Amino acid sequence: MEKVAEKVSADTPATAKTVLEVEGLKTYFFVRQGVVKAVDDISFSLKAGEKLAIVGESGCGKSMTALSILRLVPDPPGRIVAGSIKLDGKDLLKLSDAEMRKIRGNQISMIFQEPMTSLNPVWSIGNQISEAVMLHQNVSRHEAFDKAVEMLKLVKIPEPSRRAREYPHQLSGGMRQRAMTAMALACNPHVLLADEPTTALDVTIQAQILDLILELQERLGTAVVLITHDLGVVAETAKRVIVMYGGKIVEEAAVEDLFENPLHPYTQGLLAAVPHLAALSTQAGEAASRNRLKEIPGIVPALVNLPKGCVFAPRCPHASDVCRNEYPPYEMKQPGHGVACWHAGKLAGGAHA
Amino acid sequence: MSPPPSESAASTIGGHSESGPAANVSFDAELARAGANVNSRWGMALFLAKRYPLGGVGLAIVTLFILVAVFAPLITGHDPLATNPSISLAKPAAAHLMGTDFMGRDLFSRVIYGARTSLAVAFGATLLGVVFGVLIGLASGYLGGWVDLTTQRVIDMLQALPTLILAMAMAAALGPSLTNTIIAIAIPKLPSIARVIRASTLSLREMPFVEAARAMGMSEMRIALRHILPNTLAPLIVLATAGLGSAILVEASLSFLGLGVPEPHPSWGRMLSESAAEYVRTAPWLVIFPGLAITFAVFGTNLLGDALRDILDPRQRTSN
Amino acid sequence: MGAYLVRRTVLFFVTVLGVSILIFGLMRIVPGNIADILFESSGFIDQVQKAKIEAELGLDKPLLQQYLSWIGGLAKGDFGFSYMSERPATAEILARLPVTLKLGGLTLFFTVLFGIPLGVWSAVKQNGFVDNTLRVVTLSALSLPSFWCGLLVLMFAVHVFGTIPIYSNEPRGVWQELALLSIPALVVGFRSSALIVRLTRSSMLEVMRQDYIRTARAKGASESSINYHHALKNAILPIITLLGIEASHLLGGLVVIETVFNIPGLGRYLVEAIRWRDYPIVQNLVLFSAFAVVITNFIVDMLYAVIDPRIKYSD
Repeated sequence: MEKVAEKVSADTPATAKTVLEVEGLKTYFFVRQGVVKAVDDISFSLKAGEKLAIVGESGCGKSMTALSILRLVPDPPGRIVAGSIKLDGKDLLKLSDAEMRKIRGNQISMIFQEPMTSLNPVWSIGNQISEAVMLHQNVSRHEAFDKAVEMLKLVKIPEPSRRAREYPHQLSGGMRQRAMTAMALACNPHVLLADEPTTALDVTIQAQILDLILELQERLGTAVVLITHDLGVVAETAKRVIVMYGGKIVEEAAVEDLFENPLHPYTQGLLAAVPHLAALSTQAGEAASRNRLKEIPGIVPALVNLPKGCVFAPRCPHASDVCRNEYPPYEMKQPGHGVACWHAGKLAGGAHA
Repeated sequence: MSPPPSESAASTIGGHSESGPAANVSFDAELARAGANVNSRWGMALFLAKRYPLGGVGLAIVTLFILVAVFAPLITGHDPLATNPSISLAKPAAAHLMGTDFMGRDLFSRVIYGARTSLAVAFGATLLGVVFGVLIGLASGYLGGWVDLTTQRVIDMLQALPTLILAMAMAAALGPSLTNTIIAIAIPKLPSIARVIRASTLSLREMPFVEAARAMGMSEMRIALRHILPNTLAPLIVLATAGLGSAILVEASLSFLGLGVPEPHPSWGRMLSESAAEYVRTAPWLVIFPGLAITFAVFGTNLLGDALRDILDPRQRTSN
Repeated sequence: MGAYLVRRTVLFFVTVLGVSILIFGLMRIVPGNIADILFESSGFIDQVQKAKIEAELGLDKPLLQQYLSWIGGLAKGDFGFSYMSERPATAEILARLPVTLKLGGLTLFFTVLFGIPLGVWSAVKQNGFVDNTLRVVTLSALSLPSFWCGLLVLMFAVHVFGTIPIYSNEPRGVWQELALLSIPALVVGFRSSALIVRLTRSSMLEVMRQDYIRTARAKGASESSINYHHALKNAILPIITLLGIEASHLLGGLVVIETVFNIPGLGRYLVEAIRWRDYPIVQNLVLFSAFAVVITNFIVDMLYAVIDPRIKYSD
């Protein structure tokens, strides 16, 4: 495995402290049909205040990576089988359940995709936020509720003290996601995992929520891992991107670098499939003007008993025998730009051809 | 969320089957996915027995009781009605496996023949309840209007009385006989069956395939019987099987209270009432065996009912 | 809310009125009346005497008139007289009400006490040893006729203590009464707790799959807080419905168990009254039972709105 920590991060000064370091993480699901390698040997690191995006199609293992970090993988059938997750140098996988609970919602918190179903319908918004506060801070119920109202104000919910007494069904989708954000940030976490935070929302609301998350993470100095399938969102928010496919990291780079010079055929395919990004990148732009939007042929593979070789090979236009037989090593092609592809070097200049 | 694909595939199929009355369509798909040979009846039965072992046990118990009821005369040489005062309250022994009651009747053969009474009442009452419950439910859901309104009020009324109380009042009013006991037990069953059928009829009535049948000029009666009824079959089977066990219990309770099946039919419940408090001290076998028979029979139907519900109604699945 | 209450009240009266007609009708179909039974038991039928008794009890009047005088009496708070004892039905029923209420209350107490925690436990340990054991135990409980279970308890008591714990004399003191009533209450409660365990389990499993449970975990909530605060409050609605049904249908179970344990309550009284064709007692008791069911249903619906903020009763 490559030394992740050595990578030069594009947006944060090299001096910034590493808060989260994931190494060789493997999360497998043991189901009747076989073993599903949902997360297969993932390594990355996150510095204080950094904005990292993980992209990939649904089923690529990006959400499971986030759930693994919080140790919330549904068990059974899922289990973290190998690796380490270090928060400020402390391996989370070695903590007891009680110690882990002190981390969750406190030092690492998470925003989920569906604000509708992710909030408890029979608890008031204020109570749900103040519970998070009470779990991790030694405050009275009353103080915690005041803190909840304060958080609701911070996420720009109008009439926060009235809204705090309302229930999830009385709030709009955007409001619910704001409340979710308030809950996640209530204890001032070091790391915020945002799992498709805007996917379930109206397009007009999406930008508002993203702006809100970014504004707060900058103000509070939180490091963010933004999980998304939407490269548009990545372009607007993150500084560094990890592309996942079939449970593995296939490419990692600074955002501009990735958009200008995608090395992995899968990343190239993803970029070509995004309409407004296609115009950004000249290479892909030409492609787009020729045959409108490209789509990646085939479907995301079922992760049960994968064949040897590159997982993307069956869908890859450049696949050769070596691709079908051996999984490519992850290599640094340029400083801060790593990729796992046998043909990455060859394709670097000629992806558009 | 990005669950592993196989899981998401499973949940999509589950999701389809949860979308209401068309459950039986995806049921086959689900079976096929799980590796059952859906084309062969035996393959399917074998697969289901393997997947739901408790259901298999339940089916075996129910079958056993049916066989016992049918072949009662071959199982026991004693006449369940023949009295013999000289051997009154004999303890269980080789001649009388379960002993005798105070009239010297062989308890073993009474328990064996009791299966006939019990099953006759259970199946009779369930059948009666299902037939009339379905008719009432279909009429109520399909015709709507004042028919529906009246039916709903009558159902409210029947549901306002505890099952056993209603059955007691019915049994008392109709007088003691096997048929009347069946009717008395069937009537408290009507509301729940009618409600379920009405609910699925209401949702099915708006389904595209019913619209299509109507557009093709099919008569309403035919639509109700050919298209709506078959689609309500799954919940109906679940309800009916669950009802078998409760019918056996209600019959036993009625007979215990002296309002059930009269002499000469041997009834497990009445055997217990005859023997109740005093024999607890003096002749425990008279208490133990008929009670075991009831419990065992109800246990079997409950196991079967649970498995059928798991199979046919994924929404209420008790185990996964 | 106002319109809803009006509608509920109207439906309430329609249902109770319907039940009154039903039970009145059923009692009049019953072969023989109290006069027949009285004379049958003495072995001969004196037509003159019989007619005299029937006239005294008003049984010779047209059915409609009999019905109207019953309902008219009820409206004025007059429940009529017991044919058996010739005392006011109110007095007869009230005398037996306390013991039945205590028995019913204890039964429900045990039902909730065992049913809900065991159900939660079963769900938390899904498919584990506890869960499988409870599955077999609950299924057995649902297969046991309660009167047989009661007889087995009596038999056990005879063999172990040499005595039968039945309500032969008025119990001395609260504790003795509680102890005496606890046994039948446990017998009846066994079945209803089994139902509650099963429902709690499936309802909890359904809720524990929900996203908001994951949110609670992500917040750092403890497992017990997740089970009892986050999950149970959502899972409780169907449980309350079932508890309501069990509570309102309790009289059915008590009829049998009061007979077995010789408890002088309303359940056993109803059986006797049916046997003796004591119309006023049967009619009033059954109506009382229907009343309890309808009121319980209403309470359950109101509890729904209290527990689940999404439920509002309008129109």
